Amino acid sequence: MSETVIQVRDLSKRYRLGVIGGRRLVDDINSSMARLLGRQDPLAKVDLLPGADKQKAARSDEMWALQNVSFDVEKGAVIGIIGRNGAGKSTLLKILSRVTAPTTGEVRVKGRIASLLEVGTGFHPELTGRENVFLNGAIYGMTKAEIRDRFDEIVEFSGFEKYIDTPVKRYSSGMWVRLAFAVAAHLDPEILIVDEVLAVGDAAFQERCLGKMEKVAGDGRTVLLVSHNMSTIQQICKECIMLKNGSIHKVGAPGSVVSEYLSETRVATNVDLTQWQDRTGNGFAKLSRMAFLNADGEEAGIFPIGTTICFDLETTYNRELIDPLFEVIIHDPAGEPLMHLRSEHDGLRIGKVNGRTSVRARVDNVGLYPGRYFVSARIAAGGRNVDFPRLCGSFQVTPSPGRHGDLRLNPKWGKYHLDSTWTRGDQ
Amino acid sequence: MSEHGTTLNIEKFGSASEAKALSAEADDWTLIIRPQTGWFDLHLADLWRYRDLVTMFVRRDFVSFYKQTVLGPLWFVLQPLLTTLTFTIIFGNLAKISTDGLPKILFYMSGITAWNYFGECLTKTSDTFNANASIFGKVYFPRLSVPISIVISNLIKFAIQFGLFLVFYFYFLFRGSNIQPNSMLLMLPVLLLLMAGLGLGSGIIVSSLTTRYRDLRFLVQFGTQLLMYSTPVIFPLSSIPEQYRWIMIANPMTPLIETFRYAFLGTGTVSWGMLGYSAVATLVIMTVGILLFNRVEKTFMDTV
Ligand SMILES: Nc1ncnc2c1ncn2[C@@H]1O[C@H](COP(=O)(O)OP(=O)(O)O)[C@@H](O)[C@H]1O
Ligand SMILES: [Mg+2]
Repeated sequence: MSETVIQVRDLSKRYRLGVIGGRRLVDDINSSMARLLGRQDPLAKVDLLPGADKQKAARSDEMWALQNVSFDVEKGAVIGIIGRNGAGKSTLLKILSRVTAPTTGEVRVKGRIASLLEVGTGFHPELTGRENVFLNGAIYGMTKAEIRDRFDEIVEFSGFEKYIDTPVKRYSSGMWVRLAFAVAAHLDPEILIVDEVLAVGDAAFQERCLGKMEKVAGDGRTVLLVSHNMSTIQQICKECIMLKNGSIHKVGAPGSVVSEYLSETRVATNVDLTQWQDRTGNGFAKLSRMAFLNADGEEAGIFPIGTTICFDLETTYNRELIDPLFEVIIHDPAGEPLMHLRSEHDGLRIGKVNGRTSVRARVDNVGLYPGRYFVSARIAAGGRNVDFPRLCGSFQVTPSPGRHGDLRLNPKWGKYHLDSTWTRGDQ
Repeated sequence: MSEHGTTLNIEKFGSASEAKALSAEADDWTLIIRPQTGWFDLHLADLWRYRDLVTMFVRRDFVSFYKQTVLGPLWFVLQPLLTTLTFTIIFGNLAKISTDGLPKILFYMSGITAWNYFGECLTKTSDTFNANASIFGKVYFPRLSVPISIVISNLIKFAIQFGLFLVFYFYFLFRGSNIQPNSMLLMLPVLLLLMAGLGLGSGIIVSSLTTRYRDLRFLVQFGTQLLMYSTPVIFPLSSIPEQYRWIMIANPMTPLIETFRYAFLGTGTVSWGMLGYSAVATLVIMTVGILLFNRVEKTFMDTV
């Protein structure tokens, strides 16, 4: 028994570049005055292009964030949407949540939608948690009576009984997300839309959110979820859509779509990150290069198990940073994070930096089971994310002759080999 | 065992009836999202469905107003007092502009109190898109609920200033000044409604225009000020030569201020015709405002 609850047909969205921040009235008046007086528009862009190229140039200030996207979602489905940064995921969810209008195409929806697009949806810092729950519920279209009915459940889910009468300006950003999610999830929406926000909460809460989403789906409701966490996607989604440059690249079972997504990461010993799209951060600095090296300091892409891997991170700074923190995250073939190497944990205090730096993380005696691994790198400073290119590199671990090579390493039962000492205790 | 069987039966029954219901309403979409909705596709029913949101916004405004430092609320008391004082000295005593024979303080204060309500509605609603960009970017709700809630919560500030006016009013009344409250007082709610409508209408027109022209925002305060001087706040309509009076009356706020003053003080130029004109102008401005606002809200988020 399947019923279509969302029908997306030929959906496209065009953004006009250069209108951000609006124009100035004085400029428009200036331009029209100039036109009136027969002079050249003082603000017109100097154009040297001959006629034919002009049209192309005119179009270059537009950008299609979505192009001819069509799909159907059935009732009770949990759909994962993945794709690199800038692929159009958020744009799609924004159109579905009616925050912005599409340029062409049509969406038909059956049932109430609740969407969680960004952190701290519409909280007012002066108001208490309680008042914000009511305000938020109302923003989502609940009546006061409906919110009152669910209030206790919401508070219990968020785990904030103690702080519910504290102004939310004293909450941390993680707490805002918890409360926002708690409200959104208890709206009893027929369709729940979540865009990457859950990355903020702690692991236990994320678990609870995932559980809640699964439960919501179990009740015959529909969930659309954008996440960069491939294991989340594979854990709870029944189907997955991969967007690429605004179009649907692949639709199918999460396993196959996720591996398609990851296969775009090349195995390369030395990765130029300057053009890497899938990244977030405040832009104070950019990770510009990542290289994998072996124990001898030579670049390598294949590492026998038990050997040494070095990660070299080259950073270009746009401003001076104090004691930035470097991280390398190693993901398994499904994209799930396995290891988290932090310069802070291992004592690198780099001080004031500007211009360019290069840092190296060295891991000896790598016990990763043979297979392909993906790497994300990150630089943070003052507790804020500076640059975080995701899944931007990949290396291979192979069985090796000798001790590790002789071991039986079945990835079904383990992912990482640890040396252990076994003794007999009854003698 | 039998229990299990029963459950199964119920389930079967449930899904069967569900299937029937579904086939009956197979094309029953609750929402269709299309690119450019027409000018008149206003979703006003949505606004009604979200009426609790309007009350929540009003509550929010009220709570954050009252949680402010004392200076904020205090300012609402001081502002009309100081303005009245300034006007009395400059326009009343120095420039010797007529006040229709009314006590100067009451004359100015009545004008200022009424004008402030309109002016606050106008300037606050004209900032709708700018001030709410972050929340508009995250969730859909009828955007009009924001300016509407502003107009309502401004009533609270109006009440404070009106109370202040009443204090002075009763003082002069008991001292036996030459003022005659009259039956026009019954029109007070209508006057307020029209002022709210005018403030809302022109405010959302400006707010829609500011999404295209950001620099317009800085003109709003100044423009409102200028508008006040073309409204009989500091001089009575009767002091304007007959042949130029129509210019003043063309401003739909003029009849409202004159009537407001007349209701309490018993002097002023009031006619049903002028009031009718104000009502029609309010309706027109509000309609234009709502249409423009509705047009802009669809794509506003792409430009922040
Ligand atoms: N308001 C906007 N104006 C212009 N371009 C935009 C705007 N919002 C997003 N874009 C562009 O549209 C593309 C898709 O963005 P988005 O939907 O946010 O991608 P994703 O969520 O997959 O990372 C990006 O290239 C982005 O730069
Ligand atoms: Mg996004």
